[in-house]
Amino acid sequence: MTIAPRGPSRAVARGVGALSRRLGRGGGTSAPGRVLLRLRPDAIQDLAGDLARGSLVVSATNGKTTTSRLIAGCLGAEGWPVVANRAGANLVYGVATALLEGARVRPTPEFGLFEVDEFALPEVVARLAPRVVVLMNLFRDQLDRYGELEAITDAWARMITTLPEQTVLVLNADDPAIASLADGLHRTLYFGIDDPGIAIGALPHAADSIRCRVCAGPLVYSRVALGHMGVWHCPACGARRPDLDISARSVRLDGTHAVDLEILTPTGPLAAHIALPGVHNAYNATAAAAAAVALDIAPATIGPALAAAEPAFGRAERLHLDGREVVLLLAKNPAGANVTVQTVALDPDPLHLLIALNDRTADGRDVSWIWDVDYEPLLDRIGSLVVTGDRAFEMALRFVYAGLDRSHVHIVPDPARALDLAVSFTPPARPLYVLPTYTAMLELRAILVTRGAADAYWAND
Amino acid sequence: MTTVRICHLYPDELNIYADRGNIAVFRQRLAWRGHGLEVIEAGIGAAIPHDADLYYLGGGQDRDQMIVADDLASAKADVLHRAVAGQAVLLAVCGGYQLAGHGYTGVDGTRMPGIGLLDADTVAGPTRLIGDVVISVELPGAPITVVGFENHAGRTRLGPGSVPFGRVVHGHGNNDEDGSEGAVTGRAIGTYLHGPLLPKNPRLADLLLGWALEHATDAPVELAPLDDTLEQQAHDAAIARVANRGAA
Repeated sequence: MTIAPRGPSRAVARGVGALSRRLGRGGGTSAPGRVLLRLRPDAIQDLAGDLARGSLVVSATNGKTTTSRLIAGCLGAEGWPVVANRAGANLVYGVATALLEGARVRPTPEFGLFEVDEFALPEVVARLAPRVVVLMNLFRDQLDRYGELEAITDAWARMITTLPEQTVLVLNADDPAIASLADGLHRTLYFGIDDPGIAIGALPHAADSIRCRVCAGPLVYSRVALGHMGVWHCPACGARRPDLDISARSVRLDGTHAVDLEILTPTGPLAAHIALPGVHNAYNATAAAAAAVALDIAPATIGPALAAAEPAFGRAERLHLDGREVVLLLAKNPAGANVTVQTVALDPDPLHLLIALNDRTADGRDVSWIWDVDYEPLLDRIGSLVVTGDRAFEMALRFVYAGLDRSHVHIVPDPARALDLAVSFTPPARPLYVLPTYTAMLELRAILVTRGAADAYWAND
Repeated sequence: MTTVRICHLYPDELNIYADRGNIAVFRQRLAWRGHGLEVIEAGIGAAIPHDADLYYLGGGQDRDQMIVADDLASAKADVLHRAVAGQAVLLAVCGGYQLAGHGYTGVDGTRMPGIGLLDADTVAGPTRLIGDVVISVELPGAPITVVGFENHAGRTRLGPGSVPFGRVVHGHGNNDEDGSEGAVTGRAIGTYLHGPLLPKNPRLADLLLGWALEHATDAPVELAPLDDTLEQQAHDAAIARVANRGAA
């Protein structure tokens, strides 16, 4: 690689930035980064090189946005000026846009925090040369776009061999595919959950990564916490879950509202009550704590920072409409939807549900994944069920073939009318749980914004 | 009341495209008519029943497909050949379809053996064929439209021993060239269509169930009609999606 002068990149950045301001901008745009990279292909390398404390990337199928937000809280508590990309802009151009905007703000950002799409990760990492790489989980998701899970895992393994030697890996030991990525050359911090009380009975239907990455033998689990994540070993070759460096020793699920955590770290224990529900958020918080430890942030700082975090938009976000609480629970793939279903089922009273299924490019055009979700625990808990979206009839079929009477499924393809109907079914003292795919979440949230129930999302991140 | 017996092959390995949705359709459409369903799951190393009414092979990732291919060819092929010769039904989807043919040469050149129940052979191509599919199917009875989603690297070509399951109206089909989709020999059907295949194709589901019931009872079967309004709406929505994809 040639040593490029840095000045021109910043000058180009200023020019592109001014242009994008004139053109106006919405949330999560990646257009300025696209222009910047066309004018200056090395712009990410150059601008990231100016970050005095380096950068961190987070990738996963599920939990990128929430974990980034939790890490941002820790960085904020340390007082580091941070540049970060927006949730919806997690490809190369989105990272470039964030760096571009960061080059124009004061105080000058010292650290970069980037959540990155799992497919784009190798290219982003090659340009950023990050100080820390946090890899959380891989689940089947958008098979039409990403191809097979194995291919992404292999691409990540190749990526790790190209990282600078000082890069620290933060890996989820409970996900066998992620744990297998350690190359023995980079310093590695393993995180996971070590609370025997957090266990579902068995692997869910159609679990991923249930074969050993080393020898392809079937893995055995002594405990499953979520999806294929848990305490695993391979009887055939002896591979097993690595010892945890950062472990959630006590995880108490506080219904659909929060999680109480005690986390052990190499630099001491921490406790946090986080205002995000479900086992998945226990993983997100533990990953964030591990990332903060990798950045030498003290446990005494991490705990309060996690506790102060608020939900990212659409991720267990609680809004208020017509005197009801509307809880937006993004559910975009089988693993994410399963844990969302399990979390909603913690509510002991009849459940009022709005489930929204779109099949646009950002959702995955193949809707077959809904048949891999275990919606069955909801069947005898339903107070009301409205289904909406481009493929509302398909979602209705999912419940009918699970055994729900057809008359109990209200099908309203138009999201605004569906929201009205679902709210009308919800008693004033009860929450309406909304389980949307990604673009359906954006649509429903936009409707809630026009009704004054939510802030526009780029004002909210 | 009749109990139909389905043998679901490799449910742990071949399940990538929500194959249990197809099983749920068999179960409910039988239950709504007062019939029962018994599912016998047969994984690697497990013996399979010789007298099931329907055998189901789903789709898997390349690695999982490779793991099951040898077991299928060595330990289960004979039973499947005898069962299908005795008018049992085989439904094989995506990766399962490839293995029901003569074999599949994967992206890296590795040859996976098939069991030759369908006169079809598959070789991986340079790109994956992905997207919504609409096909026109001529099976006993009136022609029907079948909708689904395909995602496969394999290009499949048929020999004289099989006929296409359908003609492509929209999508790629067997090989993106000859307009064929899937393969049929007798009561063995292979197709790339998942989504899953059966929930929004109720007439196809009933055709297969009718065959399975005939096998179970050894007598002609008249299936009681069901209210398929919702199934038809989902079917129509999938066709409409193909028409307006450009807008999304």
